Parts: sequence; C-alpha cells; structure tokens
Amino acid sequence: MPMDGSLDPQIDTSPKVSDEVKCTTCYMCACRCGIRVHLRDGRIRYIEGNKNHPVNRGVLCAKGSAGIMNHYSPARLTAPLKRVGERGAGEFQEISWDEALGLATKWLGDIRADDPKKLAFFTGRDQSQSLTGWWANQFGTPNFAAHGGFCSVNMAAAGLYSIGGSFWEFGEPDWEHARYFMLFGVAEDHDSNPIKAGLSKLKANGAKFVSINPVKTGYQAVADEWLGIRPGTDGLFVLSLVHELLKADRIDLEFLVRYTNAPWLVREDDGLVVRDAAGNPQCWDSRTNALASALDADVVPKLVGGFTLPDGRHASPVFEHIAARYLAPDYAPEAVEARCGVPAATIRRIAAELAHAAFEQQVVIEQPWTDWAGRRHERMIGRPVSMHAMRGISAHSNGFQTCRAIHLLQMMLGAIDTPGSWRYKAPFPRPVPPGPKPTGKPAQINPGKPMGGMPLGFTLGPEDLLLDDDGRPTRIDKAYSWEAPVAAHGLMHMVIANAWKGDPYPIDTLFMYMANMAWNSSMNSAETAHMLTDKGADGNYKIPHIIYSDAFYSETVAYADLILPDTTYLERWDCISLLDRPIGSAEGPGDAIRQPVVKPDRDVRPFQDVLIDLAVRLKLPGFTNADGAAKFPGGYADYIVNHERKPGVGPLAGFRGADGSKSGVGEPNPKQLERYVENGAFWRHHLEPDQLYFKHANKGYLEAAVKLGLLDKPDQIVLHLYSEPLQKFRNAARGIGPIAAPAEHRERIERHFDPLPVWHPTFEGEQVDTAAFPLHAVTQRPMAMYHSWGSQNAWLRQIHTQNRLYMNAATAAKLGLADDDWAWITSHHGRVKAQIRTMEGVNADTVWTWNAIGKRAGTWGLDKDVPEATKGFLLNHLISELLPEKHGYRYSNSDPITGQAAWYDLRVRVEKADRAEWGETSPQLPEIARPKGTSPSPEILRYGAQWKSK
Amino acid sequence: MTSLPAPVAGAKKLGLVIDLDTCVGCHACAVNCKEWNTGGHSAPLPDFDPYGANVSGVWFNRIHTFEAGEGPDSRTVHFPKSCLHCETPACVTVCPTGASYKRAEDGIVLVNADTCIGCKLCSWACPYGAREFDADEGVMKKCTLCIDRIYNENLDEADRVPACVSTCPASARHFGDLGDPNSDVSKLVEERGGYALMPEMEYAPVNRYLPPRPAKTAPGCTGASAALERPTAAGDGTHPLLRWMDRLLSR
Amino acid sequence: MNPAFSVIFFTTASGAGYGLLFLTAIANALGFIPSSGWFAVMTLGPATALIVSGLLASTFHLGHPERAWRALSQWRSSWLSREGIAAVLTFVPLAIFGVAWAFFGRTQGWYAIAGLAAAAGAVVTVFTTAMIYRSLRTIRRWHNRWVVPNYLAHALSTGAVLLHAAAQAWGEPQAVVAVVAFAAVAFAAYVKDRYWKFIDTTKSGSTPETATGLGARGKVRLLDPPHATENYLQQEMGYKLARKHSEKLRTMVRWFAFGFPAAFTATAPVFAGSLLGAALSLLAVIFAIGGTLIERWLFFAEAKHAVTLYYGAREA
Ligand SMILES: Nc1nc2c(c(=O)[nH]1)N[C@H]1C(S)=C(S)[C@@H](COP(=O)(O)OP(=O)(O)OC[C@H]3O[C@@H](n4cnc5c(=O)[nH]c(N)nc54)[C@H](O)[C@@H]3O)O[C@H]1N2
Ligand SMILES: Nc1nc2c(c(=O)[nH]1)N[C@H]1C(S)=C(S)[C@@H](COP(=O)(O)OP(=O)(O)OC[C@H]3O[C@@H](n4cnc5c(=O)[nH]c(N)nc54)[C@H](O)[C@@H]3O)O[C@H]1N2
Ligand code: SF4
Ligand code: SF4
Ligand code: SF4
Ligand code: SF4
Ligand code: SF4
Ligand SMILES: [Mo]
Repeated sequence: MPMDGSLDPQIDTSPKVSDEVKCTTCYMCACRCGIRVHLRDGRIRYIEGNKNHPVNRGVLCAKGSAGIMNHYSPARLTAPLKRVGERGAGEFQEISWDEALGLATKWLGDIRADDPKKLAFFTGRDQSQSLTGWWANQFGTPNFAAHGGFCSVNMAAAGLYSIGGSFWEFGEPDWEHARYFMLFGVAEDHDSNPIKAGLSKLKANGAKFVSINPVKTGYQAVADEWLGIRPGTDGLFVLSLVHELLKADRIDLEFLVRYTNAPWLVREDDGLVVRDAAGNPQCWDSRTNALASALDADVVPKLVGGFTLPDGRHASPVFEHIAARYLAPDYAPEAVEARCGVPAATIRRIAAELAHAAFEQQVVIEQPWTDWAGRRHERMIGRPVSMHAMRGISAHSNGFQTCRAIHLLQMMLGAIDTPGSWRYKAPFPRPVPPGPKPTGKPAQINPGKPMGGMPLGFTLGPEDLLLDDDGRPTRIDKAYSWEAPVAAHGLMHMVIANAWKGDPYPIDTLFMYMANMAWNSSMNSAETAHMLTDKGADGNYKIPHIIYSDAFYSETVAYADLILPDTTYLERWDCISLLDRPIGSAEGPGDAIRQPVVKPDRDVRPFQDVLIDLAVRLKLPGFTNADGAAKFPGGYADYIVNHERKPGVGPLAGFRGADGSKSGVGEPNPKQLERYVENGAFWRHHLEPDQLYFKHANKGYLEAAVKLGLLDKPDQIVLHLYSEPLQKFRNAARGIGPIAAPAEHRERIERHFDPLPVWHPTFEGEQVDTAAFPLHAVTQRPMAMYHSWGSQNAWLRQIHTQNRLYMNAATAAKLGLADDDWAWITSHHGRVKAQIRTMEGVNADTVWTWNAIGKRAGTWGLDKDVPEATKGFLLNHLISELLPEKHGYRYSNSDPITGQAAWYDLRVRVEKADRAEWGETSPQLPEIARPKGTSPSPEILRYGAQWKSK
Repeated sequence: MTSLPAPVAGAKKLGLVIDLDTCVGCHACAVNCKEWNTGGHSAPLPDFDPYGANVSGVWFNRIHTFEAGEGPDSRTVHFPKSCLHCETPACVTVCPTGASYKRAEDGIVLVNADTCIGCKLCSWACPYGAREFDADEGVMKKCTLCIDRIYNENLDEADRVPACVSTCPASARHFGDLGDPNSDVSKLVEERGGYALMPEMEYAPVNRYLPPRPAKTAPGCTGASAALERPTAAGDGTHPLLRWMDRLLSR
Repeated sequence: MNPAFSVIFFTTASGAGYGLLFLTAIANALGFIPSSGWFAVMTLGPATALIVSGLLASTFHLGHPERAWRALSQWRSSWLSREGIAAVLTFVPLAIFGVAWAFFGRTQGWYAIAGLAAAAGAVVTVFTTAMIYRSLRTIRRWHNRWVVPNYLAHALSTGAVLLHAAAQAWGEPQAVVAVVAFAAVAFAAYVKDRYWKFIDTTKSGSTPETATGLGARGKVRLLDPPHATENYLQQEMGYKLARKHSEKLRTMVRWFAFGFPAAFTATAPVFAGSLLGAALSLLAVIFAIGGTLIERWLFFAEAKHAVTLYYGAREA
C-alpha cells in the first residue's frame, strides 16, 4: 500500500523516456519539420517535434508521429534486386551491390558514350534535386525532372514570372498580422504544420478566413466563410473581384506605381515593353511629358493614356491595359456567378471586405526602413490581406493563368510582402522574369560530355525552347517545346507514355527515384503498367531498361529490371538545401540536414551515396578528379560539405568558412555537419527587423541577400502584372519576330499566352460532352497519409483503410444513390467502381475522393485482400494523359503554358452499380507477388511492449 | 478503489479543453498519443491484423468528423475524443476488482493493468467510448492523461503536458486544472462557452469542448459594406479610365 | 450490444438454476415436495450444475479468469462484485441444505431454513445480475424498471418448469407445482411484453446532438468515423439488429419461452405419472431454456449503446 494512505496503486510518474535523443528532419512528407528522435535500447521510442525548429516549432502531424511504423515497416526493401520473371510479376533475385552497380554502370555507360539523352532520369518526392539535376547535367542528358511538373509547376511558374516568389513553397501569409485570408484550393500542402498553426493564429486574432474550395473538409471546415466554387473557375471569380475593385477605384495605385510594371509602356503592335537602348523599360513621365526609364526612382509615370513613341509607334501603360480589360462587363459578378457557382452578391461583398481589410485596417509597424532607391520610410505600412493557393488552382489546365490572376489581385491591393499580407520566404524574391534558362538544345547534348548547364530552367521567349532543327522536342517529356513552352519543372507525367511510343524518340533506360509511377503518380495507371511491360516486334521491352530506387515495396518496384533499395529517412544523411527546397521562412533563410539516427539492419544504401558511386564509375567530371578518383569518397555527406556550385556556395549555407563562422557564402567547413547536428539539424539566419517586409524593394534586405548569396545584384525586383515572355511566345504564334510557331500550335498559343491573366474553361471541360459527364471529379490529400507510402504504416492505414467517392447528398438523391452504395464512375477515358458517401459540404456538381488510398494487391507488405486493394480506388484510372482528339492531334492533358498535369479537370458521370457488382472495386489489376527476402507481416503488433514500465 | 474519491471543494481536476473551432481533423493528436503511449505507462497499444483486411488497434484518442446542419451552411466539425476524466463516472464504480479508479489528487481516471480481469464492464459503462480493450493482454486500457509525461521529471518542464496537446499543430488542445476557476483552461472555457458532452448521463466530464464560432457570412460581418460603391468624383458617364488620367504618383 | 455467448449462457443457465433452487427450497419449506434424498439430486443437482456451469462460462469471457477472485472486492460500488459475492455466499446455505437433504434426508428445521437462506441468496444473486444491466445509463434499453423483473421472472419461469419436470419425473406431481410453473411462465411473458413495449416506445435522451453538443446548428450526422475498419467499441457495443429480424426473434421467444412451455405445462398434469407427462414437462424445459437463450440474445442484440452515437447511430 502506498505511503500516502490512499488505496490507489503507486505508479511511476517519472519513467525514463530514452537513452538518447537525436535531432533530424522528418520525411514522412515534404514539409521538412524538425524532429527529436528518442532512442531506447537502440530502437526508436518516440519521435516528437523540435520546439526550436522554424518550420514546426515543436508540433508534429499524424504522419510525422507515425514515423516509427514506417521505419519498421514490413514493406521495406532489404537488398538490391534483379528482375528474373516478366516485368510486373514481382519475381526477383537478390544480388550484391557490386553486381547491381556494375549492371547499372554498364547500361548507363553505353548510353552516355552513344547518346546521353537515351537516359531519362526522373525523380519524385525526393529532396535532393540539386544533386540529381546536377548529376543529369554531368551525365549529359536533358531528360531530367522531378515531380514538380505534375505537382504544382503552375503555381511556381505563375509566381516566379509575376512576383518573383510563389505560393508553392516560396512564400507564406503573414499569419501574425493578416486581417483577411483567402485560401484557394488547399487541402494540406507542403506547409502542412505551418498552415495549421497559422489558421489557428488567425482565428485567435479574429481575422476572417475565407476558403474557396468545392469541398468543405479539413482547413475549409474551420473557415469563417466557405465558397463551394465549381472546379476550374477560380480565375473568373478572382478577376471579377478585380473588376469590382477597379470599378470602385479601391486599389493601391501607389503600390502599383512603385513596385510593379503598371506604368511600363507596352507597344500597341507587338505587345512588347518599350525599352531604351540599355534595355530599361520605359514609362511616360508626367513631369517632362516624355519617355523615361520606368526604373528611375524620380519619375512620375502616367498610368493611363496613349503615347506616340519617337519611332511613331503607339504605346500605353500596362495599367491602362489592365483597367480596360477587367472593367469590361464580362467580369461583372453577374456575368460570372452562374459559371463559378458563387452568387454575385457574395462576390460583391467579398470585394468590399477585401478593400475594407486592405485599406481601412492597414497594419502599421513602427519600423523604419530604406527602399531600393535609398529613401528612408519611417514605418512599415501593410495591407493585411493574405492569400494562399495550391493544387486546387494548379491542377487545372487553366492553372497558370488563374494563379497569375490571384497574384494580380494581390498586387492590386498592394498586398505583396507588406505587413499582414503574403510574404516571400527566403531565398525569395528572385528577379522577374526568372532565370537561368534550361539546357538541352541539340548542341548541348554530346556523347560522353556534360551538358554545361542544369536541365531545368526558365524560358523567356521562343528562342529558349529546346527543339531540334526540325522543331521537334529534344526532351522526352516535350518540356520546353511548343506544347509546353514554360515547362519550368518538366512533364514527368508524360515520360512513360512518350518513351513507350518513342515520341519524340525512343530511349534506352528509364531511371526513376522515389516516384510511384506505375500507380498513383501517373495518369491512366492501368495503361501505364501496360506501357512498362509492352514489347516491340523484336520481343524486347519497348522501354529496354528500367532502374528504380525505392525504399519500400511499392507498385512500381515490380516493373523495374534493377532495384536499388534505399534506406528509410532515419538511416541517412540528407540535405534540405537552399539550392532546392529549403526551410526558409519570411523571417530569414534556413536549411537543414538529416542525419542517420539508426543504422540500417538490411543490405540497403542511401540513394544519394549510390548515385555518387555510379557517377564515379561512369567517370562523370563533376564527381571525379582528373585522375579518375572519387571527388567525394565519403559519399553524400562528403558532397554536402565539400561540393561547391559556385565558389563559396554549396548545398548547405550555414556554418561555412573554415571555422564555421560564415553564412551563405564561404569556403567549405569540414566540421559543417557536426555543427548542424549540434544546432538541432538545421541552420537559420534571422533577417534584421528593417529587412522583414517589402523585400523586393528593400535596400537592407536586397543587400543582405547579395551577401548571403541569395541574389546576384541588390536591384529592385519589379513585380510583373504584364508578362512580356508570354507575349513573346504569342508573337511567335502571330508570326511576329524571328521565330514562328508551327501552324498547328498557333491557335492554342494565341489563345493562352495572354500577357495579362485570363480565364478559359479547362480543356477537358471544353472538349468532352458535359451532358454525358456532368460532374467534376477531384481528389484531396488526406492529412494523415502521404500519397501511396502511408498505407504500409500500421497506424496510419487504420485511418484511411479505404477511400469512398464523396458526393453532395442532394445530388446523390437525384441519382438514386445512398451511403454505402456502389457506383460506377465513368469518364471519357474509362471507369472505376467505388463506394459512395454522401455529404452536405460539397459543391453539388463535384465528387471527390482521398488521393492514393487504392492499392494494388500484393504490394506494400499488405495482405492481398486488404480494403485498400479490394475497395479502395484511384481516380487516376479515369484520367487520360492525353486530351480527346482535336484537329487530328491529342495534346497532353496539361496546362498549355507550363505543361502542368491537369488532374482536376476530370469530368465524370456516376451511376449506381448493379447489386451483383457491389462489394469490390474495379478495375482489379492482377496481384503482384511479394519478393523473397521481405519480412512477413506480423499478425499482431506489440510495438513498445519491451518498455512496459515495471 | 472503484469507489469514487470523496469530492473536495477546490480539488484539482486535470483535463483537456478541445477547441472545435480550430481543429482541422488532422489526427496528429491521435497518432502522437498512440506513439507515446505504446511505449509508456500502458505499453503496448497493440494492433491486430495490422497489415491485413480487418486491421484494428488500441487507440486512446480518436478523431470523428461530423456535419452539423444541412446544405451549404452546414458546418463540418472534426471531433477528437479521448477519456473525459469524468467526476462521477460509472466506468469506475462498476469495476468489480478495483482496477479502474479515479485518483483523488488530480482526478485522473486510470486502470491498473495488474488487477484488471478484463470483464469489459467499464467499457459498457462509458458513454464516450474512451475505454479500449487490449485483447492481447486481456486487460482494459485507456487515456492516462499522459500521467507519465505531465509529472515526468526526466522531461523538460515545457514538455510536461500530454502528448496530444504538445503535438497539435492547430493548438486546438489545451491541458490544465479545470478545478481551478483561475486557470488558463477554466478561463478559456468561460470565455468561449465550453461545454460538456452528454450532460444527461450525469458523469460530469472534466474535459470541455469549445464550440465552433459562428460563420462570418453576413454583410457587414467584418465592418465592410455589402458592396463597393463606384466613386462619384470621377464623374459618371465619362470614360472610366479618365479617373486615373491625372493621378500623379511618383515611384 | 454484442451478444456474447458466454454471457447469454451464463445468465440463462444460472438464472434457471437459481430459479429452481429458489422454488425447491420454498416448496420444501412448505412441504410440497418429496423429501427423498433422490429428489434432492433431481432438483438441487441440476440447479447446482446450472449455476456452476453458468458461473464458469461467465469467466470464459474474462481477459484474466485467473484473477476472477479479485471481482469480489468492490461490493461497495459494483453490482458485478455484489453478484460475485452473492453467488459465492449462496453456495454456503445451498451446500448445507443440499448435503443434509441428499445424503441424510434431512429437510426440515434448520435445514429448511438453510434452504430458505439459499433461496434468498438465489433471489439476491439474480437481482444483482439484473442490476449490472439495469444500472448502466449508457444503455437505455437496459436502464429501466423492467429489467430486474425481467431477470427475476425468467429465472422463476425456467426454474419452475424445471421443478415441474422433476416432479413429473418423480411420478408424484403436485398440481400446485404445475400451476406455479404455468403462472411463472405467464408472468415472464407479461413482463417481457412490457419490456418490449417500453423499449419500443421510449427514446433515450441522448442523440448525436447531445453527444457532440452541436445540436444548435441543426441535425448532426457522422461524416467520417475515426477509423475505416471497425474498432473494439464498434465490435463490442455497435451490434446492429434489423427490425425485421428482431420481430422474428421476438415471435420465436413468445412461442419457445412462453407459449410452448405454458401449453406443455398445462397439459402435462393430464398425463401425470405417465411417460407422456414426463416427456411433456421435459419439452417445456427444453423450450423454456432454449427460448430464454434467444430472449437473452435479443436482450443484448437489441440494446443500443450511447457510444454508437459517435459512430453514426441516430439514436441509442
Ligand atoms: N489522382 C491524383 N493523382 C495524383 C495527384 C492527385 O492530386 N490526384 N497528385 C500528384 C502529385 S502532386 C504528386 S507529387 C504525385 C505523388 O506521387 P508519387 O511521387 O508517386 O509519391 P508517393 O506515392 O509518395 O511515392 C513515392 C515513392 O517513393 C517511395 N519512397 C518513400 N520513401 C522513400 C525513400 O526514403 N527513398 C526512396 N528511394 N523511396 C522512397 C515510396 O515507397 C513510393 O513508392 O502524385 C500525383 N498523382
Ligand atoms: N498529408 C499529406 N500532405 C501532403 C501530401 C500528401 O499526400 N499528404 N502531398 C504533398 C504534395 S506532393 C502536394 S503537391 C501538396 C498539395 O497540397 P494541396 O494543394 O493541399 O493538394 P490537394 O490535396 O490536391 O488539394 C487540393 C484542394 O483543392 C480543391 N480543389 C480542387 N479543384 C479546385 C478548384 O478548381 N478550385 C478550388 N478553389 N479548389 C479546388 C480540392 O477540393 C482540395 O481541397 O501536398 C503535399 N502535402
Ligand atoms: S508535416 Fe508531418 S510528415 Fe510532414 S515533415 Fe512535418 S511532421 Fe513530418
Ligand atoms: S470518459 Fe468514459 S472512461 Fe473516461 S472517465 Fe468518463 S466514463 Fe470513464
Ligand atoms: S475490465 Fe478491468 S477495469 Fe474494466 S471493469 Fe473489468 S476489471 Fe475493471
Ligand atoms: S492525454 Fe495522453 S493518453 Fe490521453 S489522449 Fe492525450 S496523449 Fe492520449
Ligand atoms: S491534432 Fe489538433 S487539429 Fe489535429 S485532430 Fe487533433 S485536435 Fe484536431
Ligand atoms: Mo505534389
């Protein structure tokens, strides 16, 4: 009996938690939160958020909290595998690393000596794109990209071509000061924890949060107002808000004049910006009534009017074009309400609320700062209207222009990087339009040689396209061709289909890393599986070699000839670099590492180590010394510390210089990784208070950014309402200028490459019979799952064991459907069977489901009869990578500007399935065998039993 | 001891306050709870058929999602639920062995796994679904309010809160002494109209739920007018662009 | 509620056993039944067997049967604990009464009093069993005034048909035994009917609206359960029985537990002393016990637990 006389049992309220805690970066998703891993008896006892970490400040999401179950997943690969059966059967032989690397070296070496572009190297959810891209460059192939092309390149590109930053990962709302927040099409995002923390802060501050989303779950559930918009129509809605603001003259003219290209003169005939001999954009200065450099700090430019240029041509300011376009009645609330499904009165009210928040609730921070021209401002005055948008905008074929429309709205309100508005995350802002250009013109691709530049970049006009002499794409995904001229991130969703067809040319080896391309990251999944196994007349596979690195037994593993098994995120060095997708925030740049917190217990190797090893075997110049010896014998950790992209600039920006005292730029520090480890696995630089806002025009910031190596020059970054590069492409379609677009592409380019934001219906919506396919179908990210890889996780899979098709209760009733019924979902491309769940909070014309829950039987260490495989489904089966035929050609199902995959343009009809067909999803692809060597999945899990307090 | 401790005025009543206005339903608290507790006081929290068709596990915290109201004005509400550490809970009094008990010093309701016979009666007595049967060990388990964290001297002071609270990204979970009217949690409940679930059961739950705030959709809800007025100064009937003709703004 | 076989068997068997014990002891005290030791074997024997097997079965569903003894400790608050104690205590007078009667043929005086004490123990034990259910506010269909009478009446009716069968088998049946059995069955039928009426017409005050506290916003409906597959709570508490199935089963109960036993009990005395009389009384037993097993199954299957309100139920 306890001493205190109570009869309650005595319990140990201070048990030992762990032997040791190691800090690293979470990788249960791409949000890059800092974690503290508690180790006990060499096993992981507990993973918690790192309170000092700038991204998550101590919190952890469901996925992050389930890291233990990923780490010990029975689906982990255990050794390199060589395919022995047919592709797709799952028959493998375990081989040694030497044999595996020898095989890969042979295949890749042959290609490199012959035609390096026969290697297509595509990576998915990884965070080492500065290494992988550089590797491709050294190899000499232009055929490199990561997942950005099917993910959110519309957001990245629209932002970078307009404001020098973007929603995607390059900016964030000023949660602290915002009074009004609009969230367009975001279910979870890469800023998973920060958004949740931010929303909670907004609500505590009494700010208004408006969600624009056809579905009311997750973030939308806590919105103060939900606008259940019809998918693909946000551009109209936003431009209607612009219309209202312009009509009432409730815009921030001062901001437009100071910080944007509103006063720049645009020539009437070719739509290009008027420039002087030095290339400076011109404005009409009302002091002198003459042309002047629009970059001059002292001009008082005209905002409207027509002006005759010295050469007799006519020009008018950008603002005039804007006002003329958006004041037109086509953008009046009444004109758009039916299409958007948002009532005109609501649009009016939102416009009034925006203006009220921006202009009557302005935020003043008593903090003097100096602008780019050296003028001191006593305080920072902000427009507390913030916006954020992601895939609900991005995954449509009008996403680029819609995202530009949102940026236009922000600029009209003066709400870019001011207190209370959207803010740049370091290393952004970057100059507009962005650079550098992509590499991969025919002359840049040579046997046995590096390309001399990174494969991905930014085109500024038709002269930057990657085309051969016949105008055919040089890249396998046709990025930077007339089909997708501004394809800043490549078109990963087209690689397999194009390689299979040999269009524009056949390849030899498809090398993929961390992308489940045989399943949830491809459109048309069943057909993709066929393409991967299809053989030519010669009996050989149409894609002769497939090398793949995964850490788990995913659907794609079975389709590879050679598997390079990776470690889990807790077993390797990694680098979350400023050269890639860092952890910077509006308060300053930052980057982070991952360190091995446990040793692998299997014959697996970190993929980056393997890639560097391969590079040495292939003698790629950047990875070898003149004598052919490895430049980074210590593998990736060695590379992270010692590789320099430019002198003094390497993968990590923190603790540089021989003694670790330099930030941003400095010689390599041999103790750099130790310093990161000591610092909790991250580094961050705090900007001075006078550098925190107006970064695009803030002298203090711009100069600090140059010192840190974030910018080359401390010049003002002028924001672009009007995008001249788009006009250049349009001119090519109009036959203006030296390069003419091929006839078959002209109409499309003319229509879409509008230098001002414009709205068009989505392609699929336009091209299919909407009476036959009346419903929009979209997916959402479940907060507790990361794409396909969460289903192997014993804890997370209990939350999403099966996905349903959600639909509006009233719509369901009309179709005779009720909860739990089974129904066929049919698109112009195919059909799948799914179980219905009705709900109130969804646009009446929209159906949706959770993304990537459906699994192929036999994969992921799961039993073959799990609900994920028997009842869960993928909408991907319904999404074609090609649009229906038009003028004899089938364009890719993508945004015409960036090539961004248009996942959410999908149109479907839903019909009740026959009773006899209930109970199981369709299509059912054949089960994939589980390779020998993977550990059997236990029948009961008692994780933690060993630490039962005694 | 299954008899409830005699009520003492001003006694400590530790519990949670859950903000339904900010909970986005991310399940972080549920999974982090599982993670902490599977190696903690009640270790393990087993999972049955973890990679099979009928997977089910022991969880101390689960997130439900409801829709309240109909049509576009309905509110989707994410609804986390763990033990409410009731003041007069039958889950304790029905227990024949004394394994289920409520601590006098802080009101936490616990199960003594060494004496529990696994009769499941306490789970029948709990209206809130807070009792979890570990069929592997044959004993009842439940939310411990992280008794092995909140007093744990091996943890930093700041970490001595329940796992679910410290991990919630939306700060929708608060922990404290609801017996003290001056505690932060009590004030929060007071301010936001926090309520107890199923008061008709008369279990007097300690945990409180903060209701979703009303929607802001009425004209004027932010202080703005219902629509923007067209400025009169520019003169109606004239070309709209003329309004900006003479605006002289320097860079 | 999940109709777990061990609990159904336990309450039915021990109920019948206690009912038989109760009636035997009373009848003995009143001098209605044969005092032969063999008759003790025919009555107290089955009673004890039913009680013991029921109690044993009840431990099968425990996670830790070896710790069952601990269940005797919390009599201050727990009806389950009280039930355990009552059951154990009842064995003392039962043993005295049974041994004295069966082995020494002594049935009167202190032994009759011991029998009455055992009878009282039987009543108390069945009462405590019923109170376990009756006391649960979480299950409106148990938390009502008809549950205790229901348990007592069924113990009595099954005990009575058993006693009647024993008497028939002995060959010297007293009409009064048949009358008592008939009346007990009729009473059980009445009580059950009232119970069903009650649960069909009374709603619990708990709804998804009170469970979530969100009623002010209108109807509350579950959109997504916490986990896609069923958890312990749903398996244990979420048993669903379709209305039409329950109607069918109620009809079966009406015939098996009440109609047939009543009819057989009423006709058996006509053939008293004959094999047919014994057979009819035995059939009454078989139907009564079988019917009660169904009745008990329904008692669980029809019970709705408040927790289901969090899992999509409209009412509980
Ligand atoms: N219908 C529909 N389809 C979509 C989308 C949608 O919204 N709707 N979204 C699209 C988007 S934006 C994206 S980004 C894609 C994402 O789709 P994928 O890029 O395919 O992402 P995951 O499913 O997460 O799969 C990545 C693979 O990486 C593996 N992996 C996990 N950890 C490691 C590791 O440490 N090392 C290695 N080598 N491999 C690892 C996993 O096992 C898995 O096979 O899906 C796209 N597909
Ligand atoms: N938990 C978790 N987090 C993730 C991921 C994951 O798999 N799981 N994946 C990561 C990846 S790769 C990405 S790309 C990001 C993506 O993060 P999000 O951008 O949040 O991606 P989605 O879940 O696709 O959300 C799209 C939202 O847009 C809505 N929507 C669809 N069409 C429209 C439309 O036309 N207009 C508007 N306004 N809304 C629309 C959908 O209903 C949905 O709510 O998330 C990342 N974070
Ligand atoms: S959001 Fe979650 S999964 Fe993603 S990095 Fe952060 S904790 Fe990990
Ligand atoms: S919530 Fe349930 S388990 Fe917790 S104290 Fe209340 S009745 Fe008991
Ligand atoms: S299951 Fe354990 S804690 Fe619950 S009532 Fe039975 S003995 Fe008590
Ligand atoms: S208090 Fe602890 S045990 Fe209870 S729900 Fe929260 S994390 Fe789980
Ligand atoms: S962690 Fe917070 S926001 Fe997420 S489900 Fe739990 S209470 Fe809600
Ligand atoms: Mo993505």
